[in-house]
Amino acid sequence: MKTPSILAAALATTLAVAMPFSAFAHKAWLQPSQTVLAGNDPWITVDAAVSNDLFHFNHVPLRLDNLVITAPDGSNVALQNPATGKYRSVFDLQLVQQGTYRLAVVNSGLFGSWEENGQPKRWRGSVDTLATEVPKDAKNLRISQTMGRIETFVTNGAPNDTALELSGEGIEMQPLTHPNDLFAGEAAKFRLLIDGQPAAGLEIEIVRGSTRYRNAQDEIKLVTDAGGEFSVTWPEPGMYWLETTTQDGKTSVPQAEQRRLSYVATLEVLPQ
Amino acid sequence: MRMKLTIALGGLLALPAHSAEIQLDVEIPQLNVAEYHRPYVAIWVEGADQKALANLAVWYQQKATSEGAGTKWLPDLRQWWRRSGRTLDVPVDGVTGPTRPVGTHTLKLDDNHPELKRLPAGDYTLVVEAAREVGGRELLKIPFKWRGASQGNARGSSELGEVSLKTRS
Repeated sequence: MKTPSILAAALATTLAVAMPFSAFAHKAWLQPSQTVLAGNDPWITVDAAVSNDLFHFNHVPLRLDNLVITAPDGSNVALQNPATGKYRSVFDLQLVQQGTYRLAVVNSGLFGSWEENGQPKRWRGSVDTLATEVPKDAKNLRISQTMGRIETFVTNGAPNDTALELSGEGIEMQPLTHPNDLFAGEAAKFRLLIDGQPAAGLEIEIVRGSTRYRNAQDEIKLVTDAGGEFSVTWPEPGMYWLETTTQDGKTSVPQAEQRRLSYVATLEVLPQ
Repeated sequence: MRMKLTIALGGLLALPAHSAEIQLDVEIPQLNVAEYHRPYVAIWVEGADQKALANLAVWYQQKATSEGAGTKWLPDLRQWWRRSGRTLDVPVDGVTGPTRPVGTHTLKLDDNHPELKRLPAGDYTLVVEAAREVGGRELLKIPFKWRGASQGNARGSSELGEVSLKTRS
């Protein structure tokens, strides 16, 4: 089944707005208490939420089920003291190793919509549940694949790059400037990749936190160049939220016609 | 053989009576605040590309608490931390030491200092950075000549007072 492309785009937009947990509609983020640490026994605590304002808790918590913490040696380590409340999830992390940790919520799944007795039905699930939960002959059935990554970075002592290695799946950010070495007034460079290949023409939105206390988002809008790279000069110190989204037809599930990709990073910029 | 020896001796005799020297006066100002803690201070030498070339002093809390010694707060010296601190294994002999009280502290360093020994003659910048618990942070820079004569000073407005420097070869 092929829908005309204009209708498909309109549908996708409607779906995105209608989905309360979608990163498209609200801002999803992980916010570490601190990103540059040292000492005998450094710990951080992290808030995870989906909200309207950055970085305030006013919509829904971000689930921690798909959180992966990569240690400076590349191994995966467990979070501690996780809890999910009404508006946010929290967890702690003890930085036992020296170097850079990557914290990422990696969501991949399927999204379906169809009509049943004249009523629209929506479904979220995985490849495994698709066969049992979605009627194959449903009216106007549309399945799309979603892949999203929400991440942040924390460094104990000197930064290193092992945890920043790419997986080659979905949108990923390859830092050319280390994400824990960002200073106001300085330019930082990053490369965005889709499935491990440099992604040209991706639109990026960057917003500094504390939006509640100003009257404009003051977003920085950028587009990746031919090599997938972009450069941002941080206007002032703060915790910044960076997002990019795109869609294509490179699905790995035959039933899905479309793939929606998203990437979010929280980056701390320090004063000079 | 004899000639070589003479040259070597001549070289020795040609050394100046005084070795290269740098004198620093760093003022930690009196502050009228509800909760006062002595500042952490880092003093280092940077080259034209802002690379840290020599650490002259790092004053931080040495006394152990439940969190260990005060190394936890060293990244608050932000520029020092990024330029040098984060790759340094503290404590460092002749460089790190306890925090200092309000007043003017004089440092006299010559080329026997472990970090200055290997610093070639030339133009550099002295950087003094101070950060205080529940307080502010300030960074001052003074250009100077190493293994030469120079003089300079800078004045902080919050966490640092007068900082003056004098060098001679």
